[in-house]
Amino acid sequence: MLNYIIKRLIMIIPVIIGVSILSFMLIHLVPGDPARMMLGERATPKAMQELRETLGLNDPLPVQYLRFANHALHGDLGSSIRSKLPVTEEMANKFPATLELSCFAMLIAVLAGGLAGIISSVKPYSLFDNLSMGAALFGVSIPIFWLGLMMIWFFGVNLHILPPSGRISVGVELHKITNIYLLDSIITGNWKAFKDVLAHIIMPSLALSTIPMAMIARVTRSSMLEVLGQDYIRTAWAKGLPGRLVIFRHALKNAFLPVLTVIGLQFGYLLGGAVMTEAIFSWPGVGRWLFVAISARDIPIVQGGILMVALVFVIINLIVDILYTYVDPRIRFD
Amino acid sequence: MKRRVFLFCSLVVLALSLLAAGCGGSKEEAKDGSAAGMKKSENVLVWGRGGDSPTLDPAVATDGEAAKVTINIFDTLVEYKPENTEVRPALAKEWSVSEDGLVWTFKLRDDVKFHDGTPFNADAVVYNFNRWMKKDHPLNQGECKYWMYMFNGYDADSIVKSVEKTGDYEVKITLREPSAPFIQNLAMFPFAIASPTALEKYGADFFKHPVGTGPFKFAEWVPDDKIVLEKNNDYWGEKAKVDKVVFRSIPDNSARFMELQAGTIDMMDGINPDDVAAAKSNENFQIILRPSMNIGYLAMNMEKEPFDNLKVRQAISHAINKQAIIDAFFAGLAKPAKNPMPPSLWGYNDDITDYEYDPAKAKALLAEAGYPDGFETTLWAMPVPRPYMQQPQKIAEAIQADLAAVGIKAKIVSYEWGQYLEKAEDGDHDMVLLGWTGDNGDPDNFLYVLLDKDNAVKGSSSNYAFYKNDQVHDLLIKAQREMDQDKRADLYKRAQEIIHNDAPMVPLDHSTDPIILMKYVKGYVPHPTGVEKINTVSVQ
Repeated sequence: MLNYIIKRLIMIIPVIIGVSILSFMLIHLVPGDPARMMLGERATPKAMQELRETLGLNDPLPVQYLRFANHALHGDLGSSIRSKLPVTEEMANKFPATLELSCFAMLIAVLAGGLAGIISSVKPYSLFDNLSMGAALFGVSIPIFWLGLMMIWFFGVNLHILPPSGRISVGVELHKITNIYLLDSIITGNWKAFKDVLAHIIMPSLALSTIPMAMIARVTRSSMLEVLGQDYIRTAWAKGLPGRLVIFRHALKNAFLPVLTVIGLQFGYLLGGAVMTEAIFSWPGVGRWLFVAISARDIPIVQGGILMVALVFVIINLIVDILYTYVDPRIRFD
Repeated sequence: MKRRVFLFCSLVVLALSLLAAGCGGSKEEAKDGSAAGMKKSENVLVWGRGGDSPTLDPAVATDGEAAKVTINIFDTLVEYKPENTEVRPALAKEWSVSEDGLVWTFKLRDDVKFHDGTPFNADAVVYNFNRWMKKDHPLNQGECKYWMYMFNGYDADSIVKSVEKTGDYEVKITLREPSAPFIQNLAMFPFAIASPTALEKYGADFFKHPVGTGPFKFAEWVPDDKIVLEKNNDYWGEKAKVDKVVFRSIPDNSARFMELQAGTIDMMDGINPDDVAAAKSNENFQIILRPSMNIGYLAMNMEKEPFDNLKVRQAISHAINKQAIIDAFFAGLAKPAKNPMPPSLWGYNDDITDYEYDPAKAKALLAEAGYPDGFETTLWAMPVPRPYMQQPQKIAEAIQADLAAVGIKAKIVSYEWGQYLEKAEDGDHDMVLLGWTGDNGDPDNFLYVLLDKDNAVKGSSSNYAFYKNDQVHDLLIKAQREMDQDKRADLYKRAQEIIHNDAPMVPLDHSTDPIILMKYVKGYVPHPTGVEKINTVSVQ
């Protein structure tokens, strides 16, 4: 077990190096002088010189990379050009919002997607199956920005039942402890804030959950169908076991491995910043932070942010791999 | 089995309660009376905008979203009039300048206190200037960028030599060389006087704890979400009409517009041009246009043939249908330009008659110039939208078609943004689309930057026409040294005449920014510089 984890940890190193080179090169891949690109019309020689010095652009590339890598290893990913705050500090500020949204979206996706997949597999080619798999196809293909805007327009502007965007209403006070607002409102027993935050999280998490929900539904269905065709399931039915027991204990447990993979991957994507969703619903998380940084050409944020997002992704994958060993003990001995 | 049923039921209950809670929350909101069209029960103004402020320390801010907020927390020694860029007294009651234009004396108000209760006086002014001027000041460290841009640099590079206290409420500023735009610069948002006590107390964290003398006090900042300001009841000027202002950042333009429709914000800027028609037809809204402080233009490289020929440049000026371009690509939210500076600035020469759109005349001029069949050339178009030109590629295509109609075959060329500017500064282009947004509301900031021979230097040019006219240069330099604003305005008007006749560029547009407000929002006057005090705004 420990060996397996250590092996997986070592495998992360080349990935991290690759990502760090990629995110570092980002600034140099665009033709032209990065300082000029960032300053635009105002690129006076003096201002450009200042900016080049700040960004250390005057040194040869390998020197720049080694410095970037060295600083990164010491937990310093540079500072934002606009706010002057360290990238790591900004990321730490934005991450709880993304974590909250992603967890909520994944909860919806796993419950609804998983359930739809199971029912579809038990009654394949039924009306429910066709409808839900059609909806899943729709869910994967629909552009989130369009869906998001339609939801805001319908629920926020026309029906007035949900707040159009944001994380909490302007007049609602909340004492922040973890910066995960749902949790904070529960801890402080602030039920007015809890209701308000909940109302705010419904639309973005629904929009965000469409893709993972659809993926989970489809993978659950196909994986379940395969398992349900196995001999031991036929035996279980033949023994006269109740349906729920056959499906949930015998079939689902064995069909779960590919589903877990999908959940892990999708959760990684979401945590990496649901850029479109966060931008549309003005959710102050990592994705929106990167979105704004890209439009403002705040290169240190883009570089450092991408590196950290990749890191989160890698860690989630590691956790999923370790979870495998619990779901399927055979993996441990590979 | 029973346990599972119980689990399933409790999940359903949870889901239902979530939904109910969601609905409940927003119904309450509707009861607050913030729904569209209804009057507000609270005296709070909520402003929806595209981005958060990166900092609330005006001295280091370079960004409009920062300035929008800081201008309401801080005051400057002098300020712009609400409707144009003329300068009027603010923290300084009056000022005088010596004969040689080197010594400026400011008499300060003696009835002003910072939000932290400390008095505003000459010491505070001297402290702030020293911070901006001295690069190694612990609170500068080369971050007071606007000081560097507007006053030629820090320390010995700066045109400001010294700032001294000559009385409790009097300061004397000595310059190294006479500079007429000096007073105009001082009205800019970065040169706002901050409480020295607070600067010392918070140090590098001052940007999160701004303390000034303005009509609003800083209350709360939730990054990427909102900034809340509260009314300053001790304000020395006109006291704010609302109790609170909330600046909410909502990055997506469409989502922001829907927030306005839902009534969760009271005003917004940065609307999509496509949504303007919908805003106009909504009877709950009013649209106010911010006067333009920019120029989009087509510069012709006078160092290259055939643009060294005046008749060719005039022909091109006649060939382009500006109004059609503005109707098609600006949703009508721009004015055709005839001068290289916007009309909101003093010194704008309105007597100039623009080259009218006349393809026949253009053809005749081309024939006179020796190009009866036109010629081939390149037209550079920006790869990115800019404030003064949101759709540069499409505008280039329209110009291309206009030019083709008079026989000029222009090939559209584009590079990555950084490269585009670099190559244009090197003078590689024939014709190039570009523009400029003003800083300090001084004509010098447009005419000298864009068309003086001092700035037509290959490699660092901001005069992309490479227009070198000694007469214009003399006028512009004279205007920089003349302290009397009326005389300066005359000099700039004369310079604009010469520039018009020489036609080094085709001024295309002055774009305006629409601001959409609920009908009940009164007293809002947008300023050309892009930021304004909102103490005059009411929501009742």
